Amino acid sequence: MSNRKIRVLVAKPGLDGHDRGAKVIARALRDAGMEVIYTGLRQTPEMIAAAAVQEDVDAVGVSILSGAHNTLCPRIVQLLREKGMKDCLVLVGGIVPMEDLAKLKEIGVAEVFLPGSSTENIVKFLRENVKPRE
Amino acid sequence: MPETKEHSSAAEEAVERWQNETLDPAMAKRPERKKSFQTVSLQEVDRLYSPADTEPIDFNDDISFPGEFPYTRGIHPTGYRGKLWTMRQFAGFSTPEETNARFKYLLKEGQTGLSVAYDLPTLMGYDADSELSEGEVGKCGVAVSSLADMEVLFDGIPLEQVTVSQTINAPASVLLAMYLVVAEKQGASWSKISGTLQNDILKEYIAQKEWIYPIKPAMKLVVDTFAFCTEHVPRYNPVSVSGYHIREAGATAAQELAFTLRDGIEYVTWGVEAGLDVDRFVPRMSFFFNAHNDFFEEIAKYRAARRIWSREMKSRFGSSYERTLQLRFHTQTAGVSLTVQQPLNNIVRVAIQALAGVLGGTQSLHTDAYDEALALPTDRAALIALRTQQIIAEETGVVNTVDPLGGSYYLESLTKQMEDEAVEYFRKIDGMGGMVSAIEKGFPQREIQDSAYQYQKAVERGDQVIVGVNKYAMADEPSEVPILVIDETVRTHQVERLEQTRSQRDSGAVSNALEKLKLAAKNNDNTMPATIEAVSAYATLGEICSALRDVYGVYEEPAF
Repeated sequence: MSNRKIRVLVAKPGLDGHDRGAKVIARALRDAGMEVIYTGLRQTPEMIAAAAVQEDVDAVGVSILSGAHNTLCPRIVQLLREKGMKDCLVLVGGIVPMEDLAKLKEIGVAEVFLPGSSTENIVKFLRENVKPRE
Repeated sequence: MPETKEHSSAAEEAVERWQNETLDPAMAKRPERKKSFQTVSLQEVDRLYSPADTEPIDFNDDISFPGEFPYTRGIHPTGYRGKLWTMRQFAGFSTPEETNARFKYLLKEGQTGLSVAYDLPTLMGYDADSELSEGEVGKCGVAVSSLADMEVLFDGIPLEQVTVSQTINAPASVLLAMYLVVAEKQGASWSKISGTLQNDILKEYIAQKEWIYPIKPAMKLVVDTFAFCTEHVPRYNPVSVSGYHIREAGATAAQELAFTLRDGIEYVTWGVEAGLDVDRFVPRMSFFFNAHNDFFEEIAKYRAARRIWSREMKSRFGSSYERTLQLRFHTQTAGVSLTVQQPLNNIVRVAIQALAGVLGGTQSLHTDAYDEALALPTDRAALIALRTQQIIAEETGVVNTVDPLGGSYYLESLTKQMEDEAVEYFRKIDGMGGMVSAIEKGFPQREIQDSAYQYQKAVERGDQVIVGVNKYAMADEPSEVPILVIDETVRTHQVERLEQTRSQRDSGAVSNALEKLKLAAKNNDNTMPATIEAVSAYATLGEICSALRDVYGVYEEPAF
């Protein structure tokens, strides 16, 4: 692994304003030595994908609590792939019913972290799964 | 440990004696399980509370009798012996038809008031057919885009008899207008209808973040509803100053208390500056608190809230009118405390939290359903939540006497500690020029974020136990619970009604009303009459909010 710090975009798509989770994760990732960019609230999939490209991130962490994950996540993944970010991991955190977990994985979400997940596990997941860069 | 004070009181000396003779030998034989014991707000709790701790508290000045200043023990002299709290389950999902059916079901099962949950597009002032509404229509609440939806929502529910609480903030004046027009169409008199509009925009900037306009014009809209309701809907509560969302965002109990009451003071200040009479509008302000896991801390919070409010209304605004001094509040159990893991455990959490609300003297209560960490509640889960309240009310006996925990050394000490912490926050916020400027500086937002992070760390260290999550977790969990699924056909249904509404209305009347509204906003006149005219003409929520956006602009959150 190179010395480059892991770069993560923490994103809040949709109309929901509950950002406690997103902010706690952002701070925990920073404390773990990663570089974190937080998008702020109410970002469209297009804005998120554009920010991911611009910031050249290794992973995008998407926080959704409103039930809109099935609409928003496929579009975010697709836009990232279209923009050539094939190694960029997409992580989802929030309220996602069990039935939807497999669907999200199928469309290319690397992992879903449900309520109760520890920030330590999220850090570990990123360290183990982010592709080292040349 | 003996203290080196010059003058110890008899009570302190008694504690010292107990420590030397009884505690120390016992501790030498068997030390305690851990070094520090903390509340869920990470506040240190002492081993024992005794008369030494309550010495600074004066019965007459600080505790007193229920129904008397400073109302620590409740606002009603008879507590729940006269009237039980209102069992008001927050409900709303999918289409107005589906939510109307849920309302009727809950009323049939003995619920005593209604509480509407709106979906995110409605909360943000967008119609169901807006591009931004995609994927969100009917998901977190019921979708309402125009008066046509509101008519369906309350179809067959007599608004003169049932009190309705509406959780709506940035576009609150519009939903209030729709509600009033529906009531009028039912033949219900505005002078008789009662209910509550959340309409607490300050906590949106602080915690829940569903805002539309910049803070100052948004505050003006709130004050418009105060003025309008005081004149025309005198039994209606135009604001429910909410700590609930502040707590859910990560605040400690003391921060929830302090920021909520300081928000309340801010509304009173703005109302007074707009020329309203304190003793006419403040009696119709209500409050809304969270009921979290730490049982005594929560009860202390409610008791402190009443005491602080009465003192602040007296000292800051010179009121001596009983109804201005009495803080009335709704309570909801802590959604944030519910776990996805072993979800049936949530029934127990909710019961204990609800009991804290009742022992704290709440006027109305929502108990969360056990499946709410997964999705909106199913009928079955919602029913158990209601039954939980009925069991507390009718089986446990806690309602038989007023403020049963009053006088407890621990509880009275904690109540005082809560009050002291809140007053310290007031001092800081006053120093910043009030709550609006404190919010602009990001002060409460940062305090809450810090507490949220500290709590998460405490959970990950294992200092804060969450049963089934960081202790007693199960690899193979039994029984999955059925959950409520809301699909995209809801949006199709809502968009169809919206299109029908738009095609059938008098479009000239709509644009006239919207122009009048813009003019009222520009001239700083009360916006309520024009809003009522617009909703009556079936202008949509999105159209009305967009007209106001044109005048007021939109809020951009600064980065903290």
